Amino acid sequence: MSQLLLDVNGLTMRFGGLVAVNKVNLKVKNRQIVSIIGPNGAGKTTVFNCLSGFYIPSEGSVMFNGKEVAGLKDFQISRQGLVRTFQHVRLFSKMTVIENMLVAQHRHLNTNLMAGLLKTSSYRRLEQEAMDRAAHWLEEVDLLEFANREAGNLAYGQQRRLEIARCMVTQPELLLLDEPAAGLNPNETKELDELIVRLRDEHEISVLLIEHDMGLVMGISDHIYVIAQGTPLADGTAEDIKNNPDVIKAYLGEE
Amino acid sequence: MTETLLYLIQQLINGLTIGSTYALIAIGYTMVYGIIGMINFAHGEIYMIGSYVTFIVIAGLVSMGMVSLPIILVVALIVAVVIASTYGWTVERVAYRPLRGSNRLIPLISAIGMSIFLQNYVVLAQGSRDVALPPQISGGWTFGDPAVFEVSFSYMQALIWIATFVTMVALTLFISRSRMGRACRACSEDLGMTNLLGIDTNRTIALTFIIGAALAAVAGLLLGLYYGVVNPFVGFIAGLKAFTAAVLGGIGSIPGAVLGGLILGVTEALTSAYFPSEYKDVVSFSLLVLILLFRPSGLLGKPEVEKV
Amino acid sequence: MQNNKFMSALFAAGITFVLACLMIGVKLDTESTTLAVRGATAEQWTWIGLGITLVFLSQLFSNQIDAFFGKLPKPKVGSLLPTGDKMTTLKPWLLAALIVGMVIWPFMVSRGAVDLATLTLIYIMLGLGLNIVVGLAGLLDLGFVAFYAVGAYTYALLSMYFGLSFWVCLPLAAAFAALFGFVLGFPVLRLRGDYLAIVTLGFGEIIRILLNNWTAVTGGPNGISGIAKPTLFGLEFTRRAKGEDAQTFHDFFGISYSSSYKVIFLYLIAVLLVIFVIYLINRLMRMPIGRAWEALREDEIACRSLGLNRTAIKLSAFTIGASTAGFAGSFFAARQGFISPESFIFIESAIILAIVVLGGMGSQVGVILAAIIMTILPELAREFSEYRMLMFGLLMVIMMRWRPEGLVPMKRPHLELKQ
Repeated sequence: MSQLLLDVNGLTMRFGGLVAVNKVNLKVKNRQIVSIIGPNGAGKTTVFNCLSGFYIPSEGSVMFNGKEVAGLKDFQISRQGLVRTFQHVRLFSKMTVIENMLVAQHRHLNTNLMAGLLKTSSYRRLEQEAMDRAAHWLEEVDLLEFANREAGNLAYGQQRRLEIARCMVTQPELLLLDEPAAGLNPNETKELDELIVRLRDEHEISVLLIEHDMGLVMGISDHIYVIAQGTPLADGTAEDIKNNPDVIKAYLGEE
Repeated sequence: MTETLLYLIQQLINGLTIGSTYALIAIGYTMVYGIIGMINFAHGEIYMIGSYVTFIVIAGLVSMGMVSLPIILVVALIVAVVIASTYGWTVERVAYRPLRGSNRLIPLISAIGMSIFLQNYVVLAQGSRDVALPPQISGGWTFGDPAVFEVSFSYMQALIWIATFVTMVALTLFISRSRMGRACRACSEDLGMTNLLGIDTNRTIALTFIIGAALAAVAGLLLGLYYGVVNPFVGFIAGLKAFTAAVLGGIGSIPGAVLGGLILGVTEALTSAYFPSEYKDVVSFSLLVLILLFRPSGLLGKPEVEKV
Repeated sequence: MQNNKFMSALFAAGITFVLACLMIGVKLDTESTTLAVRGATAEQWTWIGLGITLVFLSQLFSNQIDAFFGKLPKPKVGSLLPTGDKMTTLKPWLLAALIVGMVIWPFMVSRGAVDLATLTLIYIMLGLGLNIVVGLAGLLDLGFVAFYAVGAYTYALLSMYFGLSFWVCLPLAAAFAALFGFVLGFPVLRLRGDYLAIVTLGFGEIIRILLNNWTAVTGGPNGISGIAKPTLFGLEFTRRAKGEDAQTFHDFFGISYSSSYKVIFLYLIAVLLVIFVIYLINRLMRMPIGRAWEALREDEIACRSLGLNRTAIKLSAFTIGASTAGFAGSFFAARQGFISPESFIFIESAIILAIVVLGGMGSQVGVILAAIIMTILPELAREFSEYRMLMFGLLMVIMMRWRPEGLVPMKRPHLELKQ
């Protein structure tokens, strides 16, 4: 029995006179991989920015786990379990890999000043748990051996994986990935493909994906939304989308 | 008309006078911020230097036996503008240009250092005491009932209003019509792109500093004549006020800087009219905080959209 | 090319001439009622000439000079210390030796030297406090002196009106300064960095103006005098005990009175406070909050996406920094016995900032070193005291241009995953 995790209705974002996103509807169920595709400049990242609270949508509702999150601050939304990555990797590049993982768990730690100054037992226990969780996720994305390396010194593909691990360690229910395969070689893309499927099947979370790599999108998505010029164009399974004349027109232009 | 009303009119006149000079200084902050996104802390000192140069030129010409006031003022204006612009240009060249592209804090700290340096440089060169200049332009119009309250509008105040207005118009024309003005606007939209298009951005930035400094020098001349005193520390507080005005109007916006300057001037005049005048600074800083809280982009500024 | 170089050097020299002429070359002078201008003396003109020549030559040979300085090794103060494992075993011993040295030292030198050391320690405390805000959290606070003032006035007023002792007031002063930091920081920390700088600057001015004008409570420009000195478990360091059951230090121990006991006692309190602040910062840097500061400095947007509340995190740095200034302030009031708004002007904030910048933002060793340099040098070069602020300003510009990371660049303790 799959439940509705994310339910977006009539999402609209205007910048002055420009309508960047126009009445977009999205539904993501539990344990689903859903993709948003569309030509460059279609407003996909703007949708992400609205969902994750970086922008306050002009109109529309964003229900997450049955609660309205549109209008909440970015950090509040992320604490509800809706966490995102960025088109350009945003790591804390001068901090080590393990420190990146610990910053992400900030709110799970004992941040009481006195506890930290006196190193109380609860402080040490939570710090240890966070370390264990971090190590676990580094293992998952195959980065454990680099734990004490500066994040900025990792190879690009590793940085991408670290960014996903850093999100996962916050224990989200829905992960928004903004072009995770951009800049990866075919081999790395295949690994990423497997990782995303594993997140759904083993870790039982949902993934909402923006991606240009059609191979990746068609191969793993349970449902696909197509947006062009900020407006929803079509949605359905990979098969539906591949055969939809509107989509072909939007991508290839008029014949 | 009642006394209260006449008194209020007098305060408005005084407030708009001070406000227009704040506006002149504020334009320098706003233009520099618009282009390189940095608070030029040393801008207030440029204004102070403009005042000093004015005093020096006037005292020099008078001691040489020059009597024609218009000539004295025009010469003082030209020299003050030239010297202040040179200072403005040099500050940019020495303290800011080499730091372009580094972390935001770094040019800011350099600017604070420059401000401290210039202030103390003038202290060493000219002494830290007040220097007083006898009033050059006296007289004015009065109206209202002498028995109740007489409102005065001095020739000096009129000069400040006119000079500010003319400067604003000239600047607006320059920015909107000339090639250099267009380059300025392009730079404040997107510095990197403008550079790629083959416009010498360094030159444009230098020009912005020169224009800002020239306007500060005009303000220095006007306020110097208006108050009749100058000391090396006037730049600091005037700079703070002008910055407040720039933020109030919306930093990056020239009409905003003018509006902010006028509002701030009037607010201060009214505060010192009805409360102990020491509190006028408290009021203007509180105004700054309130504006930043409720409308961080200022009255006429564009709200900033964060790029994610 | 060579010709080009010559022209630009000539241009620079010309600019220098214009800049110097009307400021140093002529001086305004009030003669009875009229204003006159006086030309500079021959000696001043010589200096101007020298300056212009210097600018000309340095521009002409700038390539050669740059090459020369490029070849000079950068002084690496940090690398003088042993590294790695050797350091971890040596460190406790070194620290212990340092602390013992600092405790014994005052008994062997003059009163003046101890007094100067105490002043230095105050600046170290202030520098370390501001370093939390500027260096660790990356927030430019130009009104730091306001919190220093709050701390000083808290102790002075509580002691004057309620007779509270220094030791009671010390935490109260820190708490009060922290409260001020919180109330100011809460609204303004959402703003961009440079707005914060100007708002804190304005706040510093507001505090000073209020202290100056609220005469009924603060004594206005006259300040507050006769502030009680700290006691050692109730023992006073005066010649005669003031209170009814009070006892003096020298009576209790049966030794003869000496005014230097008081000076040394104050020095030791300052040492204690500094050690406390250093411990505090060292812990903070290793705690989640310290990591969050660092992360926020590196990428604010990523932090927000991970559920970090940036306002709360910045506020904690701002508040903790303010409370250390409160500490320093109440100690300052106790040491001086007299405070007035004059001690809390913007220049003080600028000096503290200069200490942080010179030392290296985020670096504790650097800040301590810079505080020592900045307080001792002016004492040694008293005849140049009028040039002090000029030099501070110049130093800030030069440091930002050539060594923005400071004398001792920051080294952050990295957390390691043990496998």
